[in-house]
Amino acid sequence: MSPSAAVKTPTSTVKTLKIDGRDFSAGPGETILDVARENKIFIPRMCELDGLSTIGACRLCLVEVKGSNKLLPSCVTNVEEGMEVTTNSERLIGYRKMIVELLFSERNHVCSVCVSNGHCELQNMAQKLGITHVRFPYRYPKVEVDASHDRFVIDHNRCILCTRCVRVCDEIEGAHTWDLMGRGVDAKVITDLNQPWGSSGTCTGCGKCVHVCPTGALFEKGRSVAEMEKRRSFLPYLTLMREEHE
Amino acid sequence: MTPDELNEIAETEREAQKRFKHRVNVCVAAGCVSCQSQSVKDALDKDIARRGWGDHCQAKGVGCMGLCSEGPLVSTGPASTGHAQMYKGVAAADAAEILDSLEGPPVSRLDCPTDIPFFQRQKKIVLENCGVIDPERMEDYIAADGYQALIRALTEMSPREVIDEVMKSGLRGRGGAGYPTGLKWSTVSKSFGVQKFVICNADEGDPGAFMDRSVLESDPHRVLEGMLIAAYAVGSSDGYIYVRAEYPLAIKRLRIAIRQAERAGLLGADICGTRFSFKIDVRLGAGAFVCGEETALIASVEGKRGTPKARPPYPAMHGLQGQPTLINNVETFANIAPILRKGGEWYAQIGTEKSKGTKVFALAGRVQNTGLVEVPMGITLREMVFEIGGGIPDGGKFKAVQTGGPSGGCLPTETLDQPVDYESLARLGSIMGSGGMIVIDESSCMVDVAKYFMDFCMSESCGKCTPCRVGTYQMHRILTSITNMTATPQDLAMLEQFCDLLKHTSLCGLGQSAPNPVVSTLKSFAAEYKAHIENHTCPAGVCGKPADSSDAGART
Repeated sequence: MSPSAAVKTPTSTVKTLKIDGRDFSAGPGETILDVARENKIFIPRMCELDGLSTIGACRLCLVEVKGSNKLLPSCVTNVEEGMEVTTNSERLIGYRKMIVELLFSERNHVCSVCVSNGHCELQNMAQKLGITHVRFPYRYPKVEVDASHDRFVIDHNRCILCTRCVRVCDEIEGAHTWDLMGRGVDAKVITDLNQPWGSSGTCTGCGKCVHVCPTGALFEKGRSVAEMEKRRSFLPYLTLMREEHE
Repeated sequence: MTPDELNEIAETEREAQKRFKHRVNVCVAAGCVSCQSQSVKDALDKDIARRGWGDHCQAKGVGCMGLCSEGPLVSTGPASTGHAQMYKGVAAADAAEILDSLEGPPVSRLDCPTDIPFFQRQKKIVLENCGVIDPERMEDYIAADGYQALIRALTEMSPREVIDEVMKSGLRGRGGAGYPTGLKWSTVSKSFGVQKFVICNADEGDPGAFMDRSVLESDPHRVLEGMLIAAYAVGSSDGYIYVRAEYPLAIKRLRIAIRQAERAGLLGADICGTRFSFKIDVRLGAGAFVCGEETALIASVEGKRGTPKARPPYPAMHGLQGQPTLINNVETFANIAPILRKGGEWYAQIGTEKSKGTKVFALAGRVQNTGLVEVPMGITLREMVFEIGGGIPDGGKFKAVQTGGPSGGCLPTETLDQPVDYESLARLGSIMGSGGMIVIDESSCMVDVAKYFMDFCMSESCGKCTPCRVGTYQMHRILTSITNMTATPQDLAMLEQFCDLLKHTSLCGLGQSAPNPVVSTLKSFAAEYKAHIENHTCPAGVCGKPADSSDAGART
């Protein structure tokens, strides 16, 4: 297989698309979500966080694309020329509500006693989607709290397995303290090889995982109900620095 | 190895086999090994040695003969004619009697008739060597025209011609989805990468399915040959076989086969004196069903957590280590050598318009003859169940046949005259799947069957995406409450909503198809669901009284 000798003429890499009936353009490699975010079109999402890699796992950012019989996760779907995207149909809203309800039913989310009450992405999402109650029973699993770290706590009762902590630790801090074990509803995030966080030899104590966590699963010690506000301003800055360095 | 050397090995082996006037073939695949066929073989070996018959009589361990429910299976007869006589349920103590009968009338007590539809209706392409050759001897495979197709491809054909031949055959992926194999090969061959990979998916995980295991245990070289030809066609030099660790015998025989092929120069550098090089490594799965999904499989081979990724990009462009990767199932690779040997047109004559060739099925459940069968595509479900399967045992009444494992559906009596091919099964609300076929009779409750498969999906969900992780749990909870007679009509409506949610929002095939058993039983057996919910009775008498309600839906 010898590479073709013909010189390829440079083609335009900028693409145009329609989102909810409005025209937009997208640069090379941009996803539907990138374009939507740029233009202040809200697409719900839980696992995605600007600055971290995208995994398309929470399924809240699914959108309809004309001509495709499948719903596509906007965070990992690259824009193609002429795409016609719908972000907010009745059907999508129905699915999103159900998915958020599933997240609530999975573990023990009790907002009134949560450190993140009022600052919680899951809570906000439920309000935004107009969820007033969960239509199916909670699972109420017995899961533990690890408060062995000097400054931070992980409360698995409030974890929604978005894996932002895993990604920020690996991709931004470079420590890879966090990972996953188990599967299905038994999956959980762990530090090192499922050792107490306080005894972790890899954790640098930077606290990035705490601040990217969408719920009250990861929080700073000493915070009481509704006192844990997350600060994310470091993330775009660090991502930019890294991109420039590379 | 040169073509001449290969022919020489084949000739020598055939001569050596002619020496034996009598041959006693003993099945040493997992089904029969589990009922002590190895001791039968040992007893035969010992008795042959004691009688001093070593020069004209041979006991040979062979692969699966198909009728697994009647094992251990033994076949005897003059070496030249294949099996003339088959015995079932043989014990070590029967060895002497079988040897005594070689010159005279057969042992009628152990007779297993081979003129029944189970054997007669089959058409063997993938399984042509199963039950005939010794899976641990490469010479035996070569004597049965083994590696001829590879040598022909390497010495007489261009990669493009190989792909064209596979295209012409109309072969579609046997792992379940039925993607055209030739098209996949051509995509990988055209993809650009510093390196390309060929992966054989032997992570067969559907409950009740054992097609790939039997092929690997009975004829491992056939799979290697298929992979070699594929590697040549797409321009790959590195291959992996991803086998589940639950198949120790298949793994052992694969490793033996790989070593033999390496020694013979059929694997490694400069194969058959050409510039083509290819090596194969075995990777073991650690027990996750989802690793049969190609992106999860690739992650697992890379040593990562076996979870699927969103596609596109497809592995054909961006697979193992980010390089173009061809992934085919065991049975798909096993079809390649015969296709090249006899031509794509020959293969395309078998089967139906859109589904060419044959398909291996693992026939199981409430059916007289359970085991491994290979039939042309387009055979009807009725022929499968009542002719090949021999009908329902103990005077039972047929209720449904489940195809496609946890991703498939249950097909009721009305569908019995439909042909078995990719399109028909999909139209009926099931899938072809990898080839599991479970027959269900009136003694089973369809809600209970649906619950069983949901339980499977729930425990095999990787936990990455929300709908599959929590949705399968909630669906299982509702199904459990139905079988406990505690469900309400609202629960049923919610169950239907979950079916829709999982199908359309899950990340990979596992979650997307997890509702299928529920959807298909709701469609064909709605009355059974109704009886549980409204009348609190189970028509089949399987589901009991309301159990301790505190653990309803609890994970077992």
